[in-house]
Amino acid sequence: MSGRRGEFRAARWNEPLISELSEVGARGIVPPSVDADIAAVVGDVAAKVPAGARRESAPDLPEVTQHRVLRHFLRLSQMTMGFDVTTDMMGTCTMKYSPKAHEHIARGARLADLHPLQAEESLQGLLELMYRFNRIMCEISGMDEFTFQPASGAQGIYTNACLIRAYHESRGELDQRDEIITTSFSHPADAATPAVAGFKVITLMPSDMGFAGVEALKAAISERTAGLMLTNPEDTGQFNPHICEFVDLVHEAGGLCAYDQANGNPLLGVVRAADTGFDMCQFNLHKTFSAPHGSLGMGCAAVGVKEHLRKYLPRPIVAEDDKGRYHLDYDPGEGIDRIRAFVGNVHAVLKAYSWVMSLGAEGLRAVAETAVLNNNYMLSKMRGIPGVTIPWPANNYPKLEQVRYSFEKMSEETGVTSHNVIDRMVDFGVQHCMPSHMPMLVPEPFTMEPGESLTIEEMDHMLDAINSIAEEAYDNTEKAQGGPYNAATTKIDHDVPEDPDCWAFSYRGYRRKKAMWTSDQRRKIERHQGGY
Amino acid sequence: MAAFRLGMIVNPIAGMGGAVGLKGSDTSKIISRARELGATPKSPLRAGEALAAIAAGNADIEIIVAPGNMGEAEARAAGFEPRVVGTRTGIDTNAEHSVSAAVEMADLEVDLLIFAGGDGTARDMVRAIGDCIPVVGIPAGVKMHSAVYATNPRAAARMVLRYLQGGVPVRELEVMDIDEAAFREGAVSAKLYGYLNVPHLPDLIQGTKAGGLSSDRVAIKGIATRIVEAMTPGRLYILGPGTTMRAVAEKLCVEKTLLGVDLVRDGARIASDVGEKEILAALDGGATIAVTPIGGQGHFFGRGNQQISARVISRVGIEHITVAATVEKITSLRDNLLHVDTGDAELDASLCGWRRVITGYKTDTVCRVSA
Repeated sequence: MSGRRGEFRAARWNEPLISELSEVGARGIVPPSVDADIAAVVGDVAAKVPAGARRESAPDLPEVTQHRVLRHFLRLSQMTMGFDVTTDMMGTCTMKYSPKAHEHIARGARLADLHPLQAEESLQGLLELMYRFNRIMCEISGMDEFTFQPASGAQGIYTNACLIRAYHESRGELDQRDEIITTSFSHPADAATPAVAGFKVITLMPSDMGFAGVEALKAAISERTAGLMLTNPEDTGQFNPHICEFVDLVHEAGGLCAYDQANGNPLLGVVRAADTGFDMCQFNLHKTFSAPHGSLGMGCAAVGVKEHLRKYLPRPIVAEDDKGRYHLDYDPGEGIDRIRAFVGNVHAVLKAYSWVMSLGAEGLRAVAETAVLNNNYMLSKMRGIPGVTIPWPANNYPKLEQVRYSFEKMSEETGVTSHNVIDRMVDFGVQHCMPSHMPMLVPEPFTMEPGESLTIEEMDHMLDAINSIAEEAYDNTEKAQGGPYNAATTKIDHDVPEDPDCWAFSYRGYRRKKAMWTSDQRRKIERHQGGY
Repeated sequence: MAAFRLGMIVNPIAGMGGAVGLKGSDTSKIISRARELGATPKSPLRAGEALAAIAAGNADIEIIVAPGNMGEAEARAAGFEPRVVGTRTGIDTNAEHSVSAAVEMADLEVDLLIFAGGDGTARDMVRAIGDCIPVVGIPAGVKMHSAVYATNPRAAARMVLRYLQGGVPVRELEVMDIDEAAFREGAVSAKLYGYLNVPHLPDLIQGTKAGGLSSDRVAIKGIATRIVEAMTPGRLYILGPGTTMRAVAEKLCVEKTLLGVDLVRDGARIASDVGEKEILAALDGGATIAVTPIGGQGHFFGRGNQQISARVISRVGIEHITVAATVEKITSLRDNLLHVDTGDAELDASLCGWRRVITGYKTDTVCRVSA
């Protein structure tokens, strides 16, 4: 908790990029030069690097002293907001507490010092853990075999797309079956990754219930259908009750069904993908299974398949022999050779395994029930906040683990948009919420997912913050539109992240693009950078 | 930095017909009738509301207005010292007054033009300034089928204040109008009159909510590439109006009339802005019709492309129709619903039901079509 609302102040360091801190000659550590007698024995080491792999010039790395590097990253860390600092209900992300005991185990030398290429006999503990967790995931989902190779949710969904491709290819039907069907409110990776895998993608729009109807699916199905890839509940928190019919229709047409369970938190111990008829599924260990998100890194997707698809899984698979020893089975299957190197981000598997073992089967179901209960508590209170509406009023089904709210009414009445509310939230010492994935079909969207980790006090604090902003929108519109005031950065211009010319993945890309900015783009970015 | 130059035109009679059930205010006869029925001008009030909100923004703005109750009075009431351009005579105003004021504002190189009116006024803007100057429409008319209006006067003011800060791109949005006389007779026949450049602030524009101008542009390019890649030698392609079909022509490196129907064969344009007869005459083998629905409204036949008549569609065959629209456009439609109105009830019925719509290079959706 952040103390009384309105008193929160974030650190604002106006910290430059590390490359901008560079001073020629500045050093953190100056390693001693090689002793003459050693140099005489090893000779010119650089010459041993093949000419084709050798740099012509030194890399353009920032030159910064050690304490300045330390300050740089500590300052940046002070300007973040995440679950370990404050209440975080980032919708569609399943933010939850990552138990520190599991972090501790993962950081210990027994895991951290392992190398993926060391002999299998010396990896028996890790392989056993992965094998056992594989069986646990099979029990949770009803599937028959898992891989933990994908390093992110999207890569897991991509694996599903590749499995569908491999299946049809092995049957000689890939030329005919080139279409994947998904829905608007499924995670965007369900549309994006089959496209990467070479498929055409048909996206079903929602009906007035907020989810795709059976008639739309029937209109999309044809002899070209390769498969169905969707989330359920979708990113709106609504469960499509026609799911069994969807699966049956796609199977009848000769397609496979992949259940993206990125939103699997409300279904643990309640519904199993395999029992619903799906051929494969995918969970994000860094969401539902409490391994941390890691800021777009070090995630892990668990991809599970039924027996008839086992041979298409990426290799290696952890296997047990008849003497109770574990080994990596590289026997080439008939499908994907690899999705990623080795067996995956094993620390995430270890944390997920620890989490499941600490909860047990009943505990897992309690997670799902608590997450749904918390969400419906939030929903019941959000209904009373001025300017908030719940889309698709025709849909009276309970929401599951999250809700996509709309601030359309507030925006029409006051001009305060959902982005304004999101920006202002940070002033109350809580992490902002996600509006929506693209395309934004719900006007002025706002997606909240409380998960199971929070106390009722935390939820009330969040509700107080949102309610204060809503009241402010009607009483002091300008203030509500001007936030954040006390955050680590000033207002974010949402046009900037939308324009690929305005951002870059590397300092080199930044400099290249910066040289080509138009005056409009420069103004936009300067405004975006605000206080910097 | 020089002050931001804002042009302002109020069509003081816009919207008068609506309140008294006259379905528009396009002719002086209708206006007299509206006055007799007790109608009072609404657009000056809505323009005043927008101007007051702009004034409250305390931005450095030089405001250039049309005379009298066409902007000058509203600007003074909001506390501005406006520069007045354009000429008018007498009490009654007409379209020529709006057009001449807009032309003068264009000559003065205003940064943005804000107008209060409806579809008739929007058409005047197309005629006067086309795509030279970005515009913001304050919704004040009876008919508002065009896509160029802010959601309300306050939203229009917010658009102005956001736009003058810089960095806001513009996009072409449709100016539509229906034939008022026909509308009074009960027949709706909307036509696409052109496009105006409007600041891309989707949260403030009527009927646009999906967002993502750059992704929309990418999607249109993807649609164009897909249609072009699917073209086969010797086949006739009938390209309907609109920016989506213009992108197809751009992909082929041929000219395209924005509002007309053009014919393409073997990568070359063989006829432009054709009527029904010319299309029928050109139909001597396989042909494909490629059309896009009208944004915010959803007609892909019978609005703005009546040249592609029921006879043309029947000869081409309904299995040879390509309907393309970006997801953003589809979500601007009520219930994602598409419409047809070919004038042939039987043909309309066969076009109804679910239809594949291509939304990008390798992406589709299915939409319901109703007559």
